[in-house]
Amino acid sequence: MTKTITLAQGNGGEENNDLIKKVFYKAFKNEILERSEDAAVIGNLAMTTDSFTVSPLFFAGADIGKLAVCGTCNDLAMMGAKPKYLTCSVIIEEGFEVESLERIVESMRAELAINGAVVVSGDTKVVPKGSVDKIFINTTGLGEIVQAGISSNNVSEEDVILINRDIGCHGATIFAAREGIEMSSTLRSDCNSLYPQVKALLDAGVEITAMRDATRGGVAAVLNEWARQSDVCIEVDEEKLPISDEVKGICEMLGFEATALANEGTFVLAIKKGSAAKALEILKSFEVCAMASVVGEVTQKYPKKVILKSPWGTSRFLETPNGELLPRIC
Amino acid sequence: MSSLQLKDLYDGFRDPDVIKGYQKVIATDAQKLSRTINIMEVCGGHTHTIMKYGILQLLPENIKFVHGPGCPVCIMPKERIDHAYVLSQQPNVILVTLGDMIKVPGSNGSLQDARSKGSDVRFVYSPLDCLKIAKENPDKTVIFFAIGFETTTPMTAALLDTVIKEDIPNILLHLNHVTVPEPMRALISDEACIIDAFLGPSHVSVISGSKIYEEFPRDWGKPVVVSGFEPVDVMQSISMIVKQFIENRCELEVEYHRAVSREGNLKAQAMVDKYFQKVDFRWRGLGDIPQSGLGLRAEYDKYNAEKIYDAVLPKEEIDDHKLCICGDILKGKASPPQCSIFGTACKPTSPVGSCMVSSEGACSAYYKYGNLI
Repeated sequence: MTKTITLAQGNGGEENNDLIKKVFYKAFKNEILERSEDAAVIGNLAMTTDSFTVSPLFFAGADIGKLAVCGTCNDLAMMGAKPKYLTCSVIIEEGFEVESLERIVESMRAELAINGAVVVSGDTKVVPKGSVDKIFINTTGLGEIVQAGISSNNVSEEDVILINRDIGCHGATIFAAREGIEMSSTLRSDCNSLYPQVKALLDAGVEITAMRDATRGGVAAVLNEWARQSDVCIEVDEEKLPISDEVKGICEMLGFEATALANEGTFVLAIKKGSAAKALEILKSFEVCAMASVVGEVTQKYPKKVILKSPWGTSRFLETPNGELLPRIC
Repeated sequence: MSSLQLKDLYDGFRDPDVIKGYQKVIATDAQKLSRTINIMEVCGGHTHTIMKYGILQLLPENIKFVHGPGCPVCIMPKERIDHAYVLSQQPNVILVTLGDMIKVPGSNGSLQDARSKGSDVRFVYSPLDCLKIAKENPDKTVIFFAIGFETTTPMTAALLDTVIKEDIPNILLHLNHVTVPEPMRALISDEACIIDAFLGPSHVSVISGSKIYEEFPRDWGKPVVVSGFEPVDVMQSISMIVKQFIENRCELEVEYHRAVSREGNLKAQAMVDKYFQKVDFRWRGLGDIPQSGLGLRAEYDKYNAEKIYDAVLPKEEIDDHKLCICGDILKGKASPPQCSIFGTACKPTSPVGSCMVSSEGACSAYYKYGNLI
């Protein structure tokens, strides 16, 4: 590990995992933490926390406020929990416009309503100009577990792998906005609350083994975490991966892989084979999930590895992303 | 009529039926070969394509690939990266370079490390983006650490052209541009070299024309096919090379007809010649190759960061770790998994040798995409 912290250590991929394990897990070691789930399960409650630092603050499809509620509520939803109570802690840079703050908070209010959750505690700090980049938001969430036993440690050969919608929209949108690439007017972040989709699946009795929202590190990071945590091999058909033309375009131009791009309303599901058709039908009833797809199966071919199979019969490993997201040179 | 979409440029070139079709043609033709043929893909972009799309898995046993030196990041010797690192630490300097270069470690660390210690290091998509940075920071000196083969060189020349014409006072260049034919020549001059044919990078020839490869079939007896980067392009190019061998031909052929001519982009070539001249360059993994680099012509010394900051720049040459076998990998004498430190001491997050440093290097491609066959 490096002596000073680099941006690559916040990428949700290999270096990020390394930092968490060698610094935080080492110090905070306990059984709940070591399960490495999206949210900690304590009795019939799920608890999670997340900090949000995004530039620009307002982007196509969402803003930092919507992101701060979706991110935390989605982590609860991924454990089969209904989001109920949130805290909201903000660190604001001196000189920040109150009007922008009001827009952000209004976004949070609207998104809380979709989840049926409330903010019950908070904190506000203002720091001198230059100490933070405009505004950082931390949200901690508490949810009530509706369906127990959902765990990324339990994926088995009885499961198939699904993705609820097209991948990489958030990462591509933020990258394009930050770097001023005017690629397409239709490219929007997927930022969205996932509990309504999860609730519909649970209400229909779909047998869910694991769920995880594919945030930093993207779908590639989730699949690799599952393969490692559950000691299985996940085989994915590349042509079944749902990717929009806009995201494909950004990836082609800059040399990125859509599977490594961040998402904020996209999740991966491991579902018992018999429930897959029903799950797909339910997901597709949501407008944003038109591209929901069964993307692969679970085997023991190469335990702890993810295999990507091309439409022309070749295959390769899909690795956990590493390094800072940088465009290729030529 | 609907407008051209980006996907139109690659969709057809990833058609499974076409790829499988070429697989059959190559398999049939390869049976007529009297021996194994070793094809060097000169460019890291092709290495990436071959590994990412599993091309090796589609080829018969008697067609092998030798991974070439053509990645602008991989070939950068450590002392040049140290230059960038030191320049980034100078007062009031903004060090600008292209994407991947930021990750490559020198002897003190990478530019990413320099940035985490307070240096102002930025990456751009085009050298011309330096103009905006320079205008927004009139009190700072913007140093463009220029890298790349024939493909990126004209843009660096265009940057200098604008700097001179608009009399922009705060942009300097540190030049690390290299050219493709010289290392190809150096590799086949080695007696132990096993290369039988070359896959030439199409984007280089879009600028320089296919003419830069004419000497290889003519003087060295090595066929060259200038190839695009999509899987169909590479499969078609391999098929063209195999056909040359079974028909006893040795020629320069162009697969990438959609943008390559014999002469290339003459305007870009003139711009490069105006400002740059051939210089010797030391390649990471391969050593000194005469006249393989491009330096600023003496009349433009006032824009040359290497001259202006000469007093602070390290001069000593630094070799790769002694266990690293990148030189042998680039010559086709070894493949990445044969290296004793591949995937252990040497990984993309902590590269030791040149082939692991950027995503286009042979070791990095093997590490990232594995090899299931």
